[in-house]
Amino acid sequence: MSGSPTPHAKETGMPKHQRAIVVAMVAVLLVLPHLLYPVFVMKVLCFALFACAFNLLIGYVGLLSFGHALFFGWAAYVSAHAAKIWGFPPELAILSGMACGAVLGLVVGALAIRRQGIYFSMITLALAQMAYFFALQAPFTGGEDGLQRVPRGTMFGLLDLRNDLVLYYVVAAIFLGAFLLIYRIVHSPFGQVLKAIRENEPRAVSLGYRVDQYKLAAFVMSAALAGLAGAVKSQIFQLASLSDVHWTMSGEVVLMTLVGGLGTVFGPIVGAAVIISMQNYLAELGSWVTVVQGVIFVVCVLAFRRGIVGEIAAKLKKPL
Amino acid sequence: MPDIFGIPPQALFGQLLLGLINGAFYAQLSLGLAIIFGLLNIINFTHGAQYMMGAFVAWMLLNWLGLGYWWALVAAPVVVGAFGILIERTMLRHLYKLDHLYGLLLTFGIALIVQGLFRDQFGSTGLPYRIPAELRGGTDLGFMFMPNYRGWVVVVSLVVCFGTWFVIEKTKLGSYLRAATENPALVQSFGVNVPRMVMLTYGFGVGLAAFTGVLAAPIYQVSPLMGADIIIVVFAVVVIGGMGSILGSILTGFGLGIVEGLTKVFYPEASSTVIFVVMVIVLLIKPAGLFGRAR
Amino acid sequence: MRNLKSMLLGAITLAGLALPAAAQVNVKIGVLSDMSSLYADLGGAGSVAAARMAVEDFNAAAKGMRVEIVSADHQNRADVGSNIARQWFDRDGVDVIVDVPNSGVALAVNGVAREKNKVFLVSGAATSALTGEQCSPNTVHWTYDTWALANGTGKAIVQQGGDTWFFLTADYAFGHQLEADTSAVVTKLGGRVVGSVRHPLNGSDFSSFLLQAQASRAKIIGVANAGGDTINTIKQAGEFGIVRRGQSLAGLLIFISDVHGLGLEAAQGLVFTDAFYWDANDGTRAFARRMAAANRGIHPTMVHAGVYASVTHYLKAVEANKSAADGKATVDRMKALPTDDALFGKGTVRVDGRKIHDMYLYEVKKPSESKGAWDYYKLRATIPAAEAFRPLAEGKCPIAGS
Repeated sequence: MSGSPTPHAKETGMPKHQRAIVVAMVAVLLVLPHLLYPVFVMKVLCFALFACAFNLLIGYVGLLSFGHALFFGWAAYVSAHAAKIWGFPPELAILSGMACGAVLGLVVGALAIRRQGIYFSMITLALAQMAYFFALQAPFTGGEDGLQRVPRGTMFGLLDLRNDLVLYYVVAAIFLGAFLLIYRIVHSPFGQVLKAIRENEPRAVSLGYRVDQYKLAAFVMSAALAGLAGAVKSQIFQLASLSDVHWTMSGEVVLMTLVGGLGTVFGPIVGAAVIISMQNYLAELGSWVTVVQGVIFVVCVLAFRRGIVGEIAAKLKKPL
Repeated sequence: MPDIFGIPPQALFGQLLLGLINGAFYAQLSLGLAIIFGLLNIINFTHGAQYMMGAFVAWMLLNWLGLGYWWALVAAPVVVGAFGILIERTMLRHLYKLDHLYGLLLTFGIALIVQGLFRDQFGSTGLPYRIPAELRGGTDLGFMFMPNYRGWVVVVSLVVCFGTWFVIEKTKLGSYLRAATENPALVQSFGVNVPRMVMLTYGFGVGLAAFTGVLAAPIYQVSPLMGADIIIVVFAVVVIGGMGSILGSILTGFGLGIVEGLTKVFYPEASSTVIFVVMVIVLLIKPAGLFGRAR
Repeated sequence: MRNLKSMLLGAITLAGLALPAAAQVNVKIGVLSDMSSLYADLGGAGSVAAARMAVEDFNAAAKGMRVEIVSADHQNRADVGSNIARQWFDRDGVDVIVDVPNSGVALAVNGVAREKNKVFLVSGAATSALTGEQCSPNTVHWTYDTWALANGTGKAIVQQGGDTWFFLTADYAFGHQLEADTSAVVTKLGGRVVGSVRHPLNGSDFSSFLLQAQASRAKIIGVANAGGDTINTIKQAGEFGIVRRGQSLAGLLIFISDVHGLGLEAAQGLVFTDAFYWDANDGTRAFARRMAAANRGIHPTMVHAGVYASVTHYLKAVEANKSAADGKATVDRMKALPTDDALFGKGTVRVDGRKIHDMYLYEVKKPSESKGAWDYYKLRATIPAAEAFRPLAEGKCPIAGS
């Protein structure tokens, strides 16, 4: 990972239209909390980050992890625990969550990358199920009640996160930083090798690349960023719960990425926004929520297979 | 006889037998999933919902038309199978050449719709369905009380599973099926109507799920959510057995039922997780599953 | 989406549209429940209907109050529930959240309501932590809790000679709590707990656990789980002849919707504690008729009754305070006013937020005793209000100390 702080769009060599979109996104992020409910927007950002992290793996390395909830959920637990029990300030709580994601990613990745295709997915799923079991059994997670009432605290001793708007801008900054970091990773020489592996693994091997090390590195990065998203989420909602580790959460992030567009830069963000809005606004439809969700997935697969952003990109003939 | 890990051997026999019975459900469901995956290359995530539909059709036949369990065993697979064929004709067939992911997503979406509609209509608590009069009561085996109905379930599913295996592996029809799995274009050129065969295969796999649902109705509550969690376990069974392997899915289904049964005695909390532990171990040692061929 | 939402809001606006704005008290009630999954039958749409009925019967318009109701599905996820609660309080002007089956979600909403100084009326959630270590000056726990269920059922059964117990427990916090609370009662009265087995949530097959319970030779098998797990446990206990061979089942968390789902054939003889039965008196019967008409024929559960009664009492407190703005003040008023309604009779709200009323020990009728659908319970004993709930001192509620 390049340890540099948030890189400027220029350095990454972003094409003009993408740079325009990023600028527009920043502008929207600045205004949005005044138009929509900030906590809702923060939730969207969290999941957008989660989906971007996931997309790093499936979109650019071609590895479908069906266990990403493991990193997301456990990071949420660790950072909630750090903030509540150890009294860590938010920045350290979030970092410890992210570190937890990275360590778990290293363990799971080392086991899983030895298998390919559907078998890779199944190993990640199985390990995530085992981690779910540990979350249920371990005393510090609070079982299905979860870790509740996590204090929000003061970031860097300056920013009072109990104020929703302050928290919002912190979350937005974290999201943007991580988003640009992912963009940077994908478009670096390292990212090019990843894409080469996705397209033709034997060829990458014959060119002398240590494919497994590249895959593992990508897996750890993806897990760490998923952990970042989980840690931030636990700060926003002041809780970490079992549903964050459950396999349906892993399924949800797959759906977000697919709905938005696999392997596109902006797709996961759009996908996350669509799915979370659905959950939020359809909550009033009562029992019809699942039906409407189901219909949307069916329509997506039959009509918009490349995902929302993917379809638009194909129409415009420009990568998005 | 001495105790085995503190459990009297009679009790252990009882638990093994119960595990075998649960394995019968896994075996039948994963068999359907494996057949569908083998020929259609689709991971049928609607399988759990179709299992649930089978149970509901049995309930509707009884309560709306007065037709009992034995009618349901025949009629429910046909009705739900026809529903499956409808899905195959209108949606699934557009996806055969694509990545597994799309089939999975589509069938997952359909499962959500079906479950949502049933829940809206029948509520979430579910409905009672009685064991048919002929199979009520039980037999004292000495080491345990064995309900007759459970015995019936094991026998029927052994017959159905190995019958299906025989048809696919040992008959001419089965050889067409297997050939179409390898090379559909070639089989088509021999004058076999491959699309129709695919359609009927999907219908059969779905029918099998519905049949299992009817078998389950008197034991478990007939509820819209009864198939929601089982799908992930059944899918794990298929993967452990080796994707697309018919015999693999049957044997693994029964085997994992027993493993799960033993876990319920020694470490009950982990009984729903043990299957995934087995999966990790198997995939790390035998990448293509227990009975799968490495590709 | 916002249009849809405001349409929905408009559609369920209930009373006082034409009243003058001056001196009018506005109240907005949010019913947060499980609309689409496990607990949808015991709460869900029925809870919304019950809240609506309470508002109608209170005749808010005539008292210069304008009451609106919104509702949402928490999907049994604490983050979704907490997000909706925040949004309702911060943006949509909701003053009170009602129901919330699922203890995890309820604990999350409990925290939010306290932080925003709004009101939380719990009916569906079981955990006694809501009036124990996590008690809040903004929360009233109305209908039942794990302690009341465990105490009522455990005590009655031990007194009738059921003194050896084996627990079949869901391996989740509420299961552990039910088991612990019941064990305490059983051992205190001289009974003995001979063993227990913990099963994963939503396991469909319980035969293995039932066999272990059988082997324990305990007189009583305590079923410490909920919903579909309870139903399948009881159903399969019948299949394996557990009761015929001399053991009895004690349901620790059973709703009338579960009994209806099981059918009397499988459920007969089951003994358990409930806060409400629709066929108790004229008031409850009238309520049940209206509820059944509004909710697919489903007769009200104790959760529905709790929603009705708690909303009624809440509106009385708001009327007395002439404002709903200060959540703590409203709850303080609820504690000061004695409660009186058609469903639970007279009662009080204790300082820790615990609503105190009688609880009842019921037995499920035999099919031959039942006159038809929903005629399910016969009363075995009334547990007087003074004994029905956990004594204040044992709860360790911080706000009750002063």
